[in-house]
Amino acid sequence: MAMTEQRVSYTLDSSLETIDNAEEKATIIATELGFADDEVVQISMAVREGAVNAVLHGNAYAPDKKVTLAFERTGNDLVITIRDQGPGMDLSKIPNPLAPENLLKTSGRGIFLMRSFMDVVEIRPSPTGTELKLIKHVHGPSAGGKEASQ
Amino acid sequence: MTMKVSSRQVDGVTIVDCSGRITLGEGSVILRDTVRDILAKGNKKIVLNLQNVNYIDSSGIGELVSAFTTTKNQGGELKLLNLTKKVNDLLQITKLYTVFDVKDDEAAAVKSFK
Repeated sequence: MAMTEQRVSYTLDSSLETIDNAEEKATIIATELGFADDEVVQISMAVREGAVNAVLHGNAYAPDKKVTLAFERTGNDLVITIRDQGPGMDLSKIPNPLAPENLLKTSGRGIFLMRSFMDVVEIRPSPTGTELKLIKHVHGPSAGGKEASQ
Repeated sequence: MTMKVSSRQVDGVTIVDCSGRITLGEGSVILRDTVRDILAKGNKKIVLNLQNVNYIDSSGIGELVSAFTTTKNQGGELKLLNLTKKVNDLLQITKLYTVFDVKDDEAAAVKSFK
């Protein structure tokens, strides 16, 4: 598996298992790409949070809706795309979890954590689902790796 | 690794030793149920020992906040003990370090309750 190819993608059920599965795949791929241990944790946590959003808030556990997870190595970037088939995230309702009035909220930190851990976070909602793109620049020994070594 | 908890009493304080992952699903539910049970028994001085918690996600953070506010709303106090670097970093970036009373010594944590 992993990134011997340029791109791998998975179609996953809207279940809790998908969230653990997505995190696990992210850990394996980020490790194989040579990210440092702390970056691997950041990437896997960002993917976990993205998968939580897709399964819970996007697809709302609907058994007929799928989550698509893709990992792609483009140049010196690891690009991760997570799509759901929900009604589309309302970007105006994303709270600032650091605001004093939100500090004691029990939810609303997922996107904040993704933005803290990744270099780029793009959210594209549509009536047929939300696409989340997470990008981490490769700084480790494999930066420029595959293309440069061939 | 799923989450495991065990509780013990030290000088009137309930210390909950947690290990594993506090994440969406089982881990969060276990923590929630544990704190509710402790409060239901009338114990309102609670320390969550997170020394062996190696991973926590946003849902787990939410459960810590929920445990904190639930305890406070019932006239109690909940403190955190022995954070790992990962959990400590998460509480720092989410500014929750300013909300929780975080200790790194069990005896001091127990003594700190009024």
